[in-house]
Amino acid sequence: MKLTLKIWRQSGANDKGALVDYQLDGVSPDMSFLEMMDMLNEQIINEGGEPVAFDHDCREGICGMCSMYINGEAHGPDRGVTTCQLHMRMFQDGETIYIEPFRAASFPVIKDLVVDRSAFDRIQHAGGYISVNTSGNTQDANATPISKIDADKAMDAATCIGCGACVATCKNSSAMLFVGAKVSQYALLPQGQVEAADRVLNMVKQMDEEGFGNCTNTGACEVECPKGISLENIARMNREFLKASL
Amino acid sequence: MTTLNSKIPEGPIKDKWTTYKDKIDLVNPANKRNIDVIVVGTGLAGGSASATLAELGYNVKAFAYQDSPRRAHSIAAQGGINAAKNYQGDGDSTYRLFYDTVKGGDYRSREANVHRLAEVSANIIDQCVAQGVPFARDYGGLLDNRSFGGVLVSRTFYAKGQTGQQLLLGAYSAMNRQIGRGKIQMYNRHEMMDVVVVDGKARGIIARNLVTGEIERHSAHAVVIASGGYGNVFFLSTNAMGSNVSAGWKIHKKGAFFANPCYTQIHPTCVPVHGENQSKLTLMSESLRNDGRIWVPAKKEDAAAIRAGKKKANDIAEEDRDYYLERRYPAFGNLVPRDVASRAAKERADAGYGVGHNETGEAVFLDFAAAIQRYGKEQAKIKNLDANDADLVTQLGKKVVEAKYGNLFQMYEKIVDENPYETPMMIYPAVHYTMGGVWVDYNLMTTIPGCYCIGEANFSEHGANRLGASALMQGLADGYFVLPYTIGDYLSDDIRTGKIPTDTPEFEQAEKEVQEKIDFFINNKGSKSVDHFHKRLGKIMWNKVGMSRNEKGLQEAIAEIKALREEFWKEVTVPGTADTYNEQLAKAGRVADFLELGELFAKDALERNESCGGHFREESVEEDGPQKGEAKRDDENFAFVSAWEYKGEPSDAVLHKEQLEFNDIELKQRSYK
Repeated sequence: MKLTLKIWRQSGANDKGALVDYQLDGVSPDMSFLEMMDMLNEQIINEGGEPVAFDHDCREGICGMCSMYINGEAHGPDRGVTTCQLHMRMFQDGETIYIEPFRAASFPVIKDLVVDRSAFDRIQHAGGYISVNTSGNTQDANATPISKIDADKAMDAATCIGCGACVATCKNSSAMLFVGAKVSQYALLPQGQVEAADRVLNMVKQMDEEGFGNCTNTGACEVECPKGISLENIARMNREFLKASL
Repeated sequence: MTTLNSKIPEGPIKDKWTTYKDKIDLVNPANKRNIDVIVVGTGLAGGSASATLAELGYNVKAFAYQDSPRRAHSIAAQGGINAAKNYQGDGDSTYRLFYDTVKGGDYRSREANVHRLAEVSANIIDQCVAQGVPFARDYGGLLDNRSFGGVLVSRTFYAKGQTGQQLLLGAYSAMNRQIGRGKIQMYNRHEMMDVVVVDGKARGIIARNLVTGEIERHSAHAVVIASGGYGNVFFLSTNAMGSNVSAGWKIHKKGAFFANPCYTQIHPTCVPVHGENQSKLTLMSESLRNDGRIWVPAKKEDAAAIRAGKKKANDIAEEDRDYYLERRYPAFGNLVPRDVASRAAKERADAGYGVGHNETGEAVFLDFAAAIQRYGKEQAKIKNLDANDADLVTQLGKKVVEAKYGNLFQMYEKIVDENPYETPMMIYPAVHYTMGGVWVDYNLMTTIPGCYCIGEANFSEHGANRLGASALMQGLADGYFVLPYTIGDYLSDDIRTGKIPTDTPEFEQAEKEVQEKIDFFINNKGSKSVDHFHKRLGKIMWNKVGMSRNEKGLQEAIAEIKALREEFWKEVTVPGTADTYNEQLAKAGRVADFLELGELFAKDALERNESCGGHFREESVEEDGPQKGEAKRDDENFAFVSAWEYKGEPSDAVLHKEQLEFNDIELKQRSYK
C-alpha cells in the first residue's frame, strides 16, 4: 500500500505546530498502525530528519499509552480497539490519513502526538482507591460473597485503560466516562461502600478543577472507547454524586 | 573465591519465614519518617512495594518511564494469579504449590524462597479482594478458579483475560492513596540512568526526565529495582516496547551479580510472526489451554497444503489430526508446562508439520471446537433445551467460550483477521519472560548493600522455567509481603543517618558519566538507526540462543554480538537533541545495555552444558527409555545458580556458583507423561 500521511508536528508545548505531509510506500495490510508509524520513522531517520514522537508501549491494547486522533476519530476508524491494535487493512491503498494528537485543554501537547494525561492520575489520587493497608490480615477473600452480576459489572467498569479517548472524542472534553468507570467499580462492590460518598465528591471535584467539561449525553465516548465502557457508568456516578450531596 | 551468601534462615522449611519475621530488627514509626526509599519501576512488584513502604511510613520516591504507573507491563498479564487457597477442595495446599513451583522450575530454584512465596500466596488474594479487585466469581458469589500448566489442581484466580490489569490497577490504587497523602513522590516519564553507591551502599540514583532531558540526582537510604524482565533482548517478544534491562544492568555494572541470564521463557501460545516490519509479538493466554486443544496435521502433505493455502484447518478430518501434546504427555495433555509445550511445537514445525503461512511454516493450531460442543451441551441441559440440536449447542457453547476468553478472541481476530470461533487459532512460541535476573539473597538484596531487586527483574523463585500465573504471584508477594519486612531489617541501621546529600563526589561522578553517554549519542551521527541494531541483535539471539542451543551456535553468537556492539558504538545515529522528548535517545541507551547483556546471556548458556527448564542444550537429551527425546538435566554438575560478576567486557565476567540444596523435595526427572 502507498499512503499519504498528514501528521501533526509540534516541537514542544509552546510551539504552534502544523500538519506535515509524508509519503510512505510498501505498507502491508497486515501491519499494525504503529508498525506503519515505525516504518515512517525509520524512513525519516534514514533521511536525516527527526522522527514523529508518539506514545506507545504494550502494543496489545491494554496499557492505554497509545493515543492518536486518526481521520477525525480517537484510535482511528475501527471499533473496540486502541491505535496499537488498529491494522492497516482498515485503510485503502492510496489513501490520505490525518494523524493528530488527542485534543483537549486538559491534555496539553508535549511533542508531536504525545500529550500529557497526568490530569487522569490526579483524579485517581483524589479518591480512586479503597483505604486498606497491606497487612496479610484482611478477612478471607471468600468471607463476603458478591453477586456474580455485580462482580461482572464492576469488572466491566474496571476494564478502563485510562487512554483518554473519551475526552478526546467528547465535544465538551468531558472525563465523565473515565471517572464514572472508577466510581462505578467501587460503588458496585461491598468493599467500596465505606468511602463511597467521599470518593465520588472528591473525584468529581478534582475532575472539575482539571478543567474537563461536563457530559451532555451525546454518547460519543462510549462509541470510541476501546474497551466498550458503558454510558451507564456516568449515570451511576451522577446517582452516587447526588446521593453523596444530599 | 565465592562471596555469595544466600542468608537462608535456619530451621525447618515451613518455619523459616515465620521465625525470620519474629527475629528481624524493626524501625519504629517515628523513625520511618526520616528514611527515604527509591523504587524504580511501578509494575506489580514496584507498585505494591511503593504503596506498602509508604503505608508503613517510609518516604518513597517511585520512578516509571511511562506516563503513569498504571501503564507498567504487568498490565498485560492475561491469565491469572496462583494462590494456595484450596477453595476448590481439589487437594491444593501450601506444600503442593511449593512442590509444583520447584518441580516446574526444573529444580533450579531456591527451596526456602519458593516456600515463602507459597506461604504468602493466599494473603495476596485476600489483600486484592479488600482493595476492590473484581476477580471472577461463580453464581454463589464466591471466587472462581481455573487451571494452568504444570499443575493438577485449579488454583488460579482470574479477572477475565485481564488479571494483570486488575491486579496492577489494585496496586496503582494503593499507590494513588499514598501519592495523595504525599508519602509517595511519583516521577513519571523518568528513566533511571545509574545507581549511586556511597561507602559501599546504594544511596541514590541518577534519573533523566524524558520530557525535558534534565538529569536529576535523587538520594535515599535504599534503592529498590523493580524494572521487569529483559525479553526484549530478542527484539521480538511479548514485552512492551519500552521494557528493558537497563536498571538491572546498571546495578550489575556497579557490583550486583547477574544470575542465570540464559533462563528465558518461550511461551507456547503467541500469535505467529507475520513479517519483517513486526514490532512485537502478542500472547494468547495460557488459560486458553484449559479448553483449547493443540494439533497439527498427522500427514505432511496436509500440512504442506495448509501452508500453501490450498487447505484450511477445518478440511482436515479428525483422524488425520495429531494432538501431539495429548499423545506425548497423556497425564497433563494440553496443560504441560510452557517449556515443554514450546519445544513440542518446535519439534513438529521442524519435522515439517507446521501450518504457518510464513516461509518457515512456524505455527500450530489451537482449536476450540471440542470445548464449544462440550460447553454447549452442558448449557442445553442446564437450560432444559434440546442437547441434540447442533446449531443451538454450537451457539450456546460459543457464548460460554466468549464469556471466558472473549477479549483474547477479539484480540486475535484484530491481528490475524480470522474468526477463532469458526476456525482454529494459529499460534507459535515466542519470548515472554525471563527467569534470570539480578542475583538476590533471601532478603531480596543484591550484592550491593542497600540495593534490592524484586519481581521479574531478580533471578527469582522460578528456577529454569516459570509456571503460568506465577509471575503475578511473585511480583505481588515481593512487593506487598516480603520486601517490606526484609528492607526494614536493613534500614534499622539507618535511623540516625539523616538525609543523604546529593552534592557529593559520588553523585557528581555518576551524573558526569551519564551526561557523557548522552552527549556521545547525540553527537555520534552514524549511519544506522537504533532499531537497526536492535533487530540484528534479536535475530542473533533468536537463531542461536533461542529455543534450542548448542555449543557451536553459542560461540558464534558471542562473537557476533561482540562485533555488533563494536559496530553500534561506531555507527549508531540518534536524531534530535537531548533537551526535548527524544525516544530514540532513550532507546539508544537501552539497546547499548542489551548488546552487553546478550553476550553474557550466550556465555551463560554456553557454560550451562545441561538442559533444564527453558534452557535446552541439544547436547543434553535423554537418549533412550520412556523419556527419549526429552531434556536431560545434570544435577551432579549443574545444581547451582550461576551468578556473574561484572569485570568490564561480558567475556571477562566472573562466574560465582550458589549451590542449590534440596532438603524437602527429592530431585527427580521432571515427567509430565
